[in-house]
Amino acid sequence: MTDTLEHGGTRRSGTVPRTLGFVARKLGGAAVSLGLVAVLGFFLFRVLPGDPARTMTRSAPVSAEQLAQLRHRFGLDQPLYAQFRDFLGNLARGDLGTSYTYNRPVTELIGERLGPTVLLVGTATVLAVLLGLWLGTRAAWRHGTATDRWFTSVGLTLWSVPTFWLGLLLLMAFGVGVGPLPGLFPVAGMSSPDVPPGVLPRVLDVAHHMVLPCVTLVAVIHAQFMMVMRSSLLEEMGAEYLTTARAKGLRDDAVRRGHAVPNALLPTVTLVFLHLGMVVAGAITVETVFSWPGLGLLTYEALRVPDLPLLQGTFIVLASSVIVMNTLAELLYRVLDPRVRA
Amino acid sequence: MTWNPTGWFFLDTYREGVITMRVSAVGVRTARPRAAVLLSLLVVALLAPSAPFAHTGTAQTRHDRAAADGEVTLRVGIQQEFDSLNPFLGFSLAATDVFRLIYPTLTTYAPEDFSVMPELATEWTSSPDKLTWTFRIRKGVSWSDGEPVTAADVVYTFERMMNDPAAATANGNYVDNFAEVHAPDARTVVIRTETPQATMRSIAVPIVPEHVWSGVDDVAGFANQRMPVVGSGPFVATEYRPQQYLTLEANEDFWRGPPTVDRLRFVNFENSDAAVQALRKGDIDVARELTPAQFDALDGARDIERVRGKGRRFYEIVLNPGATNSAGSPIGTGHPALRDVRVRRAIDHAVNRAELVDRVLGGYGTVGAGYLPPIFRRYYWSPPEEQRRSFSIEAANRALDEAGYPRGPDGIRRGPSGKPLDFEFVLHGDSATDALVGEFVKEWLARTGIRVRLLPVSDNQVNQRTTAGDFDMVVSGWSVNPDPDYVLRLQTCGARPDPGGGGLPDSFLCDRRYDELYRRQLTEFDESERVETVKRAQRRFHEMATGLILFYPNALEAYRADRFSGFLRQPAERGVITAQQGYWGYYRAEPTERARTAGGGGGYRSAALALGGALLLGGLVVAAVTVHRRRTAEHRE
Repeated sequence: MTDTLEHGGTRRSGTVPRTLGFVARKLGGAAVSLGLVAVLGFFLFRVLPGDPARTMTRSAPVSAEQLAQLRHRFGLDQPLYAQFRDFLGNLARGDLGTSYTYNRPVTELIGERLGPTVLLVGTATVLAVLLGLWLGTRAAWRHGTATDRWFTSVGLTLWSVPTFWLGLLLLMAFGVGVGPLPGLFPVAGMSSPDVPPGVLPRVLDVAHHMVLPCVTLVAVIHAQFMMVMRSSLLEEMGAEYLTTARAKGLRDDAVRRGHAVPNALLPTVTLVFLHLGMVVAGAITVETVFSWPGLGLLTYEALRVPDLPLLQGTFIVLASSVIVMNTLAELLYRVLDPRVRA
Repeated sequence: MTWNPTGWFFLDTYREGVITMRVSAVGVRTARPRAAVLLSLLVVALLAPSAPFAHTGTAQTRHDRAAADGEVTLRVGIQQEFDSLNPFLGFSLAATDVFRLIYPTLTTYAPEDFSVMPELATEWTSSPDKLTWTFRIRKGVSWSDGEPVTAADVVYTFERMMNDPAAATANGNYVDNFAEVHAPDARTVVIRTETPQATMRSIAVPIVPEHVWSGVDDVAGFANQRMPVVGSGPFVATEYRPQQYLTLEANEDFWRGPPTVDRLRFVNFENSDAAVQALRKGDIDVARELTPAQFDALDGARDIERVRGKGRRFYEIVLNPGATNSAGSPIGTGHPALRDVRVRRAIDHAVNRAELVDRVLGGYGTVGAGYLPPIFRRYYWSPPEEQRRSFSIEAANRALDEAGYPRGPDGIRRGPSGKPLDFEFVLHGDSATDALVGEFVKEWLARTGIRVRLLPVSDNQVNQRTTAGDFDMVVSGWSVNPDPDYVLRLQTCGARPDPGGGGLPDSFLCDRRYDELYRRQLTEFDESERVETVKRAQRRFHEMATGLILFYPNALEAYRADRFSGFLRQPAERGVITAQQGYWGYYRAEPTERARTAGGGGGYRSAALALGGALLLGGLVVAAVTVHRRRTAEHRE
């Protein structure tokens, strides 16, 4: 870090073009990845066995003419390259096709489910990151002590617990109530139908519904942030600059917060951003347990049918969100860590 | 919410990271109290919304149960998303259940015994040649927007299905045989069919209002989600949140009289355990599609009544009798030995149905016999003693020995060509029932010298393999309508796939005698004659042994006995509450006095306001303290 300050002056002249080049490179890479995702999204699901036209009719008796009609309506009677060309054209216009099962535009369906997922998984991720960082810092600072062992073992136990099982357990204990404990939280959905009008009651109602799924998610995922934070802080623990700081007479807390943590935080950023990409993908199991109307559930249903346009659509949206988040992380890295800029 | 302060914490730490060289000044701040504040904030933020509800929980629940004094909402938990609310497109069980509630049909099925009874049509007659049907439309019925329901609406609905392929998606098979539909006056509909059709009295097509639907150009792209949906059934759909709930209000002007409840709500659950827990808690009034384990666990639960109804479904193993397409050319990969009816019958001997019902269904089912399930008493047929193939491994072995399938050195029997009896058994990969049935059957057949290889695949692949004839044995099953024509047709030559795809075969039984019986029942207008013919068709199906009917699973439901004292079940004897062939269960629910008199809400609002206030105040205090701290710290720098 001192390096940057010392050499900063000599390199200043080249910084702007270098930065632009860097940004351009990263954005270009992301664009290529997105293109590959679009191609992959198209071909990947066409490998799935099954005739889409028959999928659409499920168990209804249909004549060959009706099947032909369906194939024509969804463009399935055309050769693969023509379908691909149409697919790319539509994609460019933001049209992801029509779902076989729901008979509605895929973009509309995804739009409907995106909000709830981002709300739930986003909130849970923010909380898990905060909790994980905080616990990880404490555990590393006092490594080897009972606190460390306690945090680590609880975190790892929750991490290895099946999400479905933990969710159902919480649902029974806090949703339905056990013994004298009344059911405190709703067991399903994200809103009640009979909420009085007004913004505040609605917000509170959603928050109320969100508690159990959110707690489940945080309990399960916080361990990874904690462990990464713990190990990267442990690496810093022996560093000489900490000794220097202590020698200046700083209190232990100040050394940790002001010196050790900021340096140890960098590896965690990667993980956080990787995880942010997953936010959109949602948590299929949690959404299933708590009947949360999210995107994870939609993807799962689409896969079961299989509903090709819907699968394609969700695949592209999910993969893109990971790519966008990763690109963002790389760009942000440069801002956050002077060493990357060097 | 209060995420801002915590989010700020994260960024702030970062800023400090970049300016590490200035730490000597930053170190002045005390870290521990702030961390503690943040942690407690986190905990509060996570758990706080529940706190007031803990105290006012009953008030909130009460509010949910009765929005105003005396109003009753019947809440039904469902585990399937509506595939579409457009009656021309949706045909999932959940969707058709709703269509019966909001759209009229010409006729309906009586709750007692599934006999056909008047609905929108008050009476009907057929011409002597049975090709022309005249329906008289009920007077004084109106759509929920006030327009009258006329013969023109009926004609419009059928014609749309006949002319617009997209509109034929869900119920097209009903109009396949229609030559022409017209309305000589506002109260009369005349339908002419190509060939005589005994099922004309049970056309379960939802009739839609012409004045609404004539404005819909693209049926395939129309979601029909503009609330309230214009209909004419006992309920009107008023609020829909995809994957969450659908609310229907009672139609006070319904011609049969308003329903007994004021509101009906279908609540989505993505897993049946959550639905059961919601029932226990009292969040819903009826849970359906319970597993035997869930049903058993609810035994003795407080305020919960269980309903074990006879199911409409049969579950069978199809043995490929040498599949052919509609042109008569052989298709698929069926094992040649299965073309021998003696082998098929021997396999039937080796299947222990009683044990399957016991071990696979937990006892909640009826041992399979005839093609049609016993819930339809009139058509039910079970083989008489002398034709019954009771479970006996010895009998199976004897039959195979006599038929000329000796065991090879490895114990596996050989066919005339020397090909071992080695069968591929296709199963639905995500079905626990299929997996269990597969294991049992494999075990039993192994004792008769037949090897079975289990092949669990996706539903889609099961369908595709079935249509292509690419199987030796496959699990199949159908929900049967009160009129058996639909499932009976599955076994005819006409159900075989066209060379270009299409068609919906079941067991590829293409038998002249069966087809003759099928044709006769379809054109037989004398009720008892038709029943007799249907029974003879079932007998022929049993003789040919292409489909081994294993069992008819029970429909398991449960409801809150503190809120509802009963439901009109269909049929009267061991019937079901939900997913009936009609709207009776929901329409004639019997709320208890307690459900009616439960007090109104209000608790929720005050609780919510108190909580909101508390949160806002807490947030302000925390913000003030933090800002003060920061100021102080910066001062010291």
